[in-house]
Amino acid sequence: MAPSTCDDLGMHPIVARDQLSPNVTRLVLEAPRIARIRRPGQFVIVRKGPGAERIPLTIADADREAGTVTLIIQAVGKSTMDLVELVPGETIQDVAGPLGRPTDLIDAGHAVCVGGGVGTAVILPIAQELGRRGVEVTSVIGGRSREWVILEDELRAAGQVVTCTDDGSYGRPGFVTEALADLLVGGGVDAIYAVGPVPMMRAISEQSRPYGVHTFVSLNAIMVDGTGMCGGCRVSIGGETKYACVDGPEFDGHAVDFAVLADRLTTYRPFEAAAIERREACKVPRLAHEANREAAGAVR
Amino acid sequence: MTDDGTPMTASQLTKKERMAILRHDMLEQDPEIRAHNFDEVNLGYALDIARQEAERCLQCPKEYCIEGCPVAVNIPRFISYLRDGDVHAAAESLLGDNALPCVTGRVCPQETQCEQVCLRAKTGRPVAIGYLERFVADWAQAHNGELAHATPRATQKKVAIVGSGPAGLTAAGELARRGHAVTVYEAFHAAGGVLLYGIPEFRLPKSVVQREVDRLVAAGVTIEPNAIIGKTYTLAELRESFDAIFVAVGAGLPVFMNVPGENLKGVLSANEYLTRVNLMGAWNPDSDTPVLHGQRVVVVGGGNVAMDSVRTARRLGAAEARICYRRSRDELPARAEEVHHAEQEGVIFDLLVAPLEVLGDERGWVRGLRCQRMELGEPDESGRRRPVPIEGSEFVIDCDMVVVAIGTRANPVLTSTAPDLRLNKWGYIETDEFGLTSLPGVFAGGDIVRGAATVILAMGDGKRAAASIDAWLTGEWPPASDVPEVAVASAAEA
Repeated sequence: MAPSTCDDLGMHPIVARDQLSPNVTRLVLEAPRIARIRRPGQFVIVRKGPGAERIPLTIADADREAGTVTLIIQAVGKSTMDLVELVPGETIQDVAGPLGRPTDLIDAGHAVCVGGGVGTAVILPIAQELGRRGVEVTSVIGGRSREWVILEDELRAAGQVVTCTDDGSYGRPGFVTEALADLLVGGGVDAIYAVGPVPMMRAISEQSRPYGVHTFVSLNAIMVDGTGMCGGCRVSIGGETKYACVDGPEFDGHAVDFAVLADRLTTYRPFEAAAIERREACKVPRLAHEANREAAGAVR
Repeated sequence: MTDDGTPMTASQLTKKERMAILRHDMLEQDPEIRAHNFDEVNLGYALDIARQEAERCLQCPKEYCIEGCPVAVNIPRFISYLRDGDVHAAAESLLGDNALPCVTGRVCPQETQCEQVCLRAKTGRPVAIGYLERFVADWAQAHNGELAHATPRATQKKVAIVGSGPAGLTAAGELARRGHAVTVYEAFHAAGGVLLYGIPEFRLPKSVVQREVDRLVAAGVTIEPNAIIGKTYTLAELRESFDAIFVAVGAGLPVFMNVPGENLKGVLSANEYLTRVNLMGAWNPDSDTPVLHGQRVVVVGGGNVAMDSVRTARRLGAAEARICYRRSRDELPARAEEVHHAEQEGVIFDLLVAPLEVLGDERGWVRGLRCQRMELGEPDESGRRRPVPIEGSEFVIDCDMVVVAIGTRANPVLTSTAPDLRLNKWGYIETDEFGLTSLPGVFAGGDIVRGAATVILAMGDGKRAAASIDAWLTGEWPPASDVPEVAVASAAEA
């Protein structure tokens, strides 16, 4: 590494963008240092620019040669909405990481990777690395309907995939938990990696508990710095307070107090609604800006 | 000529005349008004007031004030230039000793350092050294272009500094001045460390910090933000690329009370609260970063961080903002001025009160803090009288937010990835008298060595470490440092 010529210093241009589902966007951006050293389960803290929030995002994939990382973002609040509007050529000012402990991966046997909604993006690098290690991987991914199921092809490269939709419009009808139930009954599952909405992770942890199958879950707690400094991401694990940013983000699902997690995640909800409202009020100049960009021939 | 056009004149006063001058108070924003804004509280001296205050200095043959300063600023010298009206010379003298005078002039606990040992304090009030430092430092920032900027001969030696807080920035300035190539690694997106995320705008404007950082960058210091050593790079990688390293990462992890209810919504660490407000600018409603606006806020703790938090809560609209501290007023670790300002701004002090439990409502939000009254018993190992619970004195403070400001502990992000770096049993880095760690060429200072202390003690460490590193790089080891060893002041709020 060369001193004072950090390749991650300064701006991070977006090199590719595509829409995975109605509200999930994939951004590929330059971050060569992080691309080289990141491991599955780790995340970055992203700040779009001055005045923007710092938000944690899992590194879904990386290309060492190209020096890029992939972030898969669900647009739910103002900050994520601002990020997913970025197009190739535009930049993110700050990308810090890789943060968090890498996933505890098994080396042999059969792993079931369960992804719900955008949580599937967190599962992807885990499934990929498990596949590379020769572990048998079954990915179980789900969404409300066909258009909400993401990353099926990418996961298929790592093993077999079971898709589920709530409305039965694609794959197996019903929730991912139902598909997992069959796998557990069938036996031979050595570990479960489950990432998705809190109720899903809670349900899966309860489901696997009687089987004694180790279940890793990834907790998307609220955080500011991502280095253990703010304590905002504290979660209750086996009755002990842990920090999701440095002790996690992955924990033993059988020890997580999901009620505390779910409750703490609502802390800033009123602010989120207000921020989105403010953002809508600013839509007019934004549209003008977009028109300019299209006139300039920007590629989306 | 002086700044206001009056001629420079050597001071002619007799000692008696000097003794007759009363200390000049700092102009402040009105408490009623400032309790609702984030503008700076202290407004600074005007030149004529500063010169008059400088006339109070007796220029003692024995310079106790310099000994009382953790970075050994030559106080009588800059004051003497100032009283003669030569602010320019005063500024160059001050900047030669202190890399961040705009900061120390605002946040140093002068009353326990330089001003405490000022001879005039024996018979009255000490010379307002802090206010004079701030005056000269602000003048220097405003007249930066007029100051001499020596370009040192490059030594071809490279130094990495981990952390851009007061220790790191001070060391960066000192090392750049000696011609070494300095790179400062900062975990956040902007440099300044606690000066940026911790100390509020109304006490230390962020523009002031930015200008101090800009001055270091102009002097050749490279700052790399978003670089977490232990994550983005390892200490071992830095050792391969640099000739010496100074680790000054601070004591970043917040300590919680370990009482029931601490994970309720509305309970947060002072670190989180202040970082949201200061670094992320959440005091401004247009910021994307949200912060809770409690109506009845209790801040647990009695140090500067507690005062910063409680005064911030007032400014964010808290009708009732309280300090809950388990010892008495005399033991409050905060600077006297901060306690005074907090009181003026309507902060309520619940002294000799310790929290037992955070109470929540049915939606998981804080609704109160169950507390217990304390009395002072025998002195403990810190020399302070130990607070002892009074049986049956439990009561509840109604509140909708609790900020925990009872201290910090060592952040293991760097140290856990450097197994050969010797730590003490609390996880702080062990160093010798020169700031050298168990690893050759790796020095450390500030809170990651001392435990939570003050800006100025961290700066003293930075200055000492820079002298040591310079000696290390030039092969003159062990170093002959001219910076006095300062006893580690206990700032623990336990």
